[in-house]
Order: sequence, then structure tokens, then C-alpha cells
Amino acid sequence: MNIERYQDPKVIRQTLTRRRVAIVGLSGNELRASNFVGRYLLRNGYDVTPVNPREEFILGRKSYASLTDIPDPIDTVDVFRQPSAVPAIASEAVAIGAGCLWLQYGVISFEGAEIAEKAGLNVVMDCCMKVEHARYLGRMHWLGFNTGRISAVRDS
Amino acid sequence: MADREFGFATRTVHAGCRPDPTTGARALPIYQSTSFVFEDAEAAASYFNLQEYGNTYSRIVNPTVAAFEERVANLDGGVGAVAFASGLAAQSAAFFTLLQPGDHVVSSSALYGGTITQLKHFLGKLSVGLDFVDPDDPDAWKAALTPDTKLLFAETIGNPGGNILDIEKVAAIARQHDTPLMIDNTFATPYLCKPLDWGADIVVYSATKFLGGHGTSLGGVVVDSGDFNWSNGRFPVVADPSPAYHGLSFHDTFGFYGYLTKLRAETLRDLGAALSPFNAFLLAQGIETLPLRMRQHVANARAVAAFLESDDRVGRVSYPGLASSPYRELVRKYLPEGPSSVFCFDLPGGREHGVRFIEALTLFSHLANVGDAKSLVIHPASTTHRQLGDAELSAAGIGPGTIRLSIGLEDADDLIWDIERGLAALEDTN
Repeated sequence: MNIERYQDPKVIRQTLTRRRVAIVGLSGNELRASNFVGRYLLRNGYDVTPVNPREEFILGRKSYASLTDIPDPIDTVDVFRQPSAVPAIASEAVAIGAGCLWLQYGVISFEGAEIAEKAGLNVVMDCCMKVEHARYLGRMHWLGFNTGRISAVRDS
Repeated sequence: MADREFGFATRTVHAGCRPDPTTGARALPIYQSTSFVFEDAEAAASYFNLQEYGNTYSRIVNPTVAAFEERVANLDGGVGAVAFASGLAAQSAAFFTLLQPGDHVVSSSALYGGTITQLKHFLGKLSVGLDFVDPDDPDAWKAALTPDTKLLFAETIGNPGGNILDIEKVAAIARQHDTPLMIDNTFATPYLCKPLDWGADIVVYSATKFLGGHGTSLGGVVVDSGDFNWSNGRFPVVADPSPAYHGLSFHDTFGFYGYLTKLRAETLRDLGAALSPFNAFLLAQGIETLPLRMRQHVANARAVAAFLESDDRVGRVSYPGLASSPYRELVRKYLPEGPSSVFCFDLPGGREHGVRFIEALTLFSHLANVGDAKSLVIHPASTTHRQLGDAELSAAGIGPGTIRLSIGLEDADDLIWDIERGLAALEDTN
């Protein structure tokens, strides 16, 4: 079981170019990590769809009870849930034709990853969409974090 | 992370500093600005709420300082770093962020005198308990642990006694006690040793020394591995909702960026000891030659130490790079390219000979610093370690006739010539 297999920079960068993101387990509580990520993605041009059966609206966006309830196409399914919930979510991600299953920090499910992978989805595991966006496209370096980016090419 | 794992020297030159996107400037721009204009009201709020990465006010974030921080974090293999106005400011902040009154620290006794004073008196005033232990004795570390112990602290290379810490062993003791190990890696720099690779959790530096390398600029920096589990129930000060940041739980919300985010957003904000952008520029520039300089520092130190050891007028020479050093095996393991260039030797004639020796030198600068391109000399018992009693002095490996050298980048032959003159001055008046 090798998590690094699911942390390929090329897959991460490619996924970040897709704008329609469903966040499963997005919390309405402003102090939760998922809320930070959802707000950040919205501010950075992503079309965020909350999936949380306990809320009607989160971050001003209509929340759905499950992925299969979302009427519009979704590129990336970003998951903030217990690892045990991931296989079912992965199957739904396959059913709605998503391109990538993205599991946040600590959301480690090789079973879920396999379900998505077998259906042809990209999988990212134990990574944060906000951090990876900030690393490659954003301003993570403004806070002294190690982006690992070495380049003499000027960003456009 | 990148398409290629770049080598250390490449990263000393490039990490943290890509071409400026606005101007194309290739060198690190000095953003000498106290504050930064917000794009709009929502951006302003999201920066202060830590929801987005943004520049606000240079006491908390500054783009030039951030480049220096990222460079050090990258070289050490940490998730990030926070810079401060000095090494001691960095340490204060690193302590403040994870300790609270009633906590207890177990520390090596072989430390820079300023750190000993800081731990003992400054943390003491904040009701943090402390026990010093012989860093070479793993049982002493274990025996000193209490249920309140929240931090183990040591230097990679003890100042000035030259003790080499068995980092892996002490890190294992810390881990068993669910306690972080913080290492002051000032003398080694990440070129010679990367403590995070050996299980340390946090690394602190006086960047004033070898990182900057030219004796021009004060600065300090804290690097975090991101691996410590602050939510293990022992660190409510990091894990619980913070009353100083509208109830934010730093570890829960930011994961392995939690400690550093709290260190910056709370401790740096409140202590106010921010690094100036100009100093950050000089320190970041210094790092660009770190591998070249450290290799030469080590080569010169080896030559000078070998000369001293071969001279009958000199007592013990504490350079851990000598074949006779009791730390030989630990040097081989942790500092394979050599144990830096700061060390001590004893003059059997005691305090009076120490003073006479120093006064006869004309190439070594007599001053209270280490890690400069220029060679430096000092008598610790009357200067850097003056606040310590005899027992503490001896625990730190310092006698009345101990001389500390910081070997610079001159020609080694010239340094030996100067030392020879110092030793001759002792004989003349004996």
C-alpha cells in the first residue's frame, strides 16, 4: 500500500485545471478545515458544490444530500469524510462520471481508491486541494511554506 | 513534488526564490514595505482569517522574509518555517507556541549560554519547569521525564563544548513520551546535518551564524517537520480552540501546517520580533554559498584543530572532527562531512593565559559571535557564558582557561601563524 502512488504531481496539476468540484463533507462551520478549503476554492475561481445532507446552503451554495443528487456535471469529488465512508462515495463518483476522486489529509482508503481507479478516474490521496492549488498556482510561498518548487521560469 | 529531486546546492540557490512574477527580477527583491494593499474587502478579511495566503503587515508576513523562510524549510526538509529577528527570538517563539505554565522541559546542559539563561530564567518566570541533563547519557534524558514534560531540547553540536547529540536516540525517547524534540542546528546548518531526517520534530537556528555566514545580520528561524501529533491530548495549547484567534483549532484545521500557522499568526504577531526584509535578503543571499562555505569552514577547522592538538602548550582540544574525539562515531553518523568549525581548547594557565593569548592575536577577531567568514575568538568564562555559575560552566564543558574559536574562511596557514603567535606570547612572560 503506497500512498505516494496517489500523490503524482502531474495528476494533481491536471486535476487543479478542472473547475467543477463537489466537496463531500463540506461543513458550514467557518472554523472547520473543509470550510477553509471550500471558501478558498470559491475565491480562486472554482465552481464548488457542497455535499452535506444536514445543510441547505453552505458558503452561499446549495448543498446536496449525495453526489448522485447533483444535477450538473462534476470534474472532481473532494472528500472530507471518515475513510470507511470512502468506498461508497467512490462508487457514486464513478456513477456521476467525475474525472478525479480527491481524498483530503487523513482520508486514506485504498479500497475506495481502487474502485475509482478501476473505473478510470484519477485518484489523489492524503493531500489538500487548497494546499496543492496554493503550491502550484497560488501564494503558499508567501507564508514561508515549503512549496518544493524550483524554477527559473517567470510565471505568467 | 517537482519533476526532479534537485540537489542540495541547487536548492540553496533557488529554493524560495523564483523570478518575481511582476517585474521578472531574478535576485530576491527586498520588499521594504510595512504593509500591503488588499485587492478588496473580502480578501482582507480572508487573509486575517487565514482562509487565504496573503500579505498583510510585515510583522506577520513579508515576501522577502518568506523567501528566506522557504529556503531554509526546503533545505531542512520541513513543511515550512517562520523567521524571527534573532535566534533567541525564534527560540522564545518556538517555546511559547507549545508550552504553557506548569509544563516542564528537559534540556541538554551543553548549550549556548544565552539559551541556558533563556530556558532557566525566562521560561522560569512563566512557571515552566526545567531539568538539565547530560546530553550524552540517554538514561539521564529518560530519568528526567515527568508527566508534565512537553519538550526535549538540545543542540546538534553543543556550544562550545562540541558534544554531538545522538539525535536518533533522543528522538526515540521523545516519541515514546509523546513529546516533541526541538534541536538547535545553528552550528551544523542543514548542509552538514538535517535533524528532521533523524526524528527531530522542530529545528531552530540563529541564522546570524553560518546560514547568513558573513556576520552582517541578526536573524532566527524555526522549521517544523509537520509530523508531530499535537492532538495527542497532551498539547491543548496547540490543539484546543484558541481564544487568541476567535476559537480556531490550529492543528485540527491546518493539519501539519498547524504549529507553524499558530507560531506565525499568534506568537510572532504577539511577540513582535519580526525579521526585517533587508536582513532576510542578506541571510537568503548568504545561504546561496552555504555548501561552499561549510566545506571550507570544516577544512580550515580540521587544520587548526590538528595543529593545536599537536602542540604541547595546549590542553584539551574539543573539536569533534579530531580522530581522538569521543564523538568520532556520532560525527561519522550525523555529520559525515565534518562537525562545522566552532570549537574550544584549554590553556593550562587558566584565566590569565586565556586573556594574554587573545590579546596577542592579530588575525582572529575578538568578539562575541560565531559562524562568520572571518575567524573569531572569545574567552567564554568572561563573556558569552559569564552569567553561569562554576557548576553550569563545567556542565557546558567550559573551564577558566577555555578559548572558543570560530574558524573562518581565511587561509588555514595564516590562522595557524596567528595562533602560533598567541601561544608564543604565553611563553614570553611565563
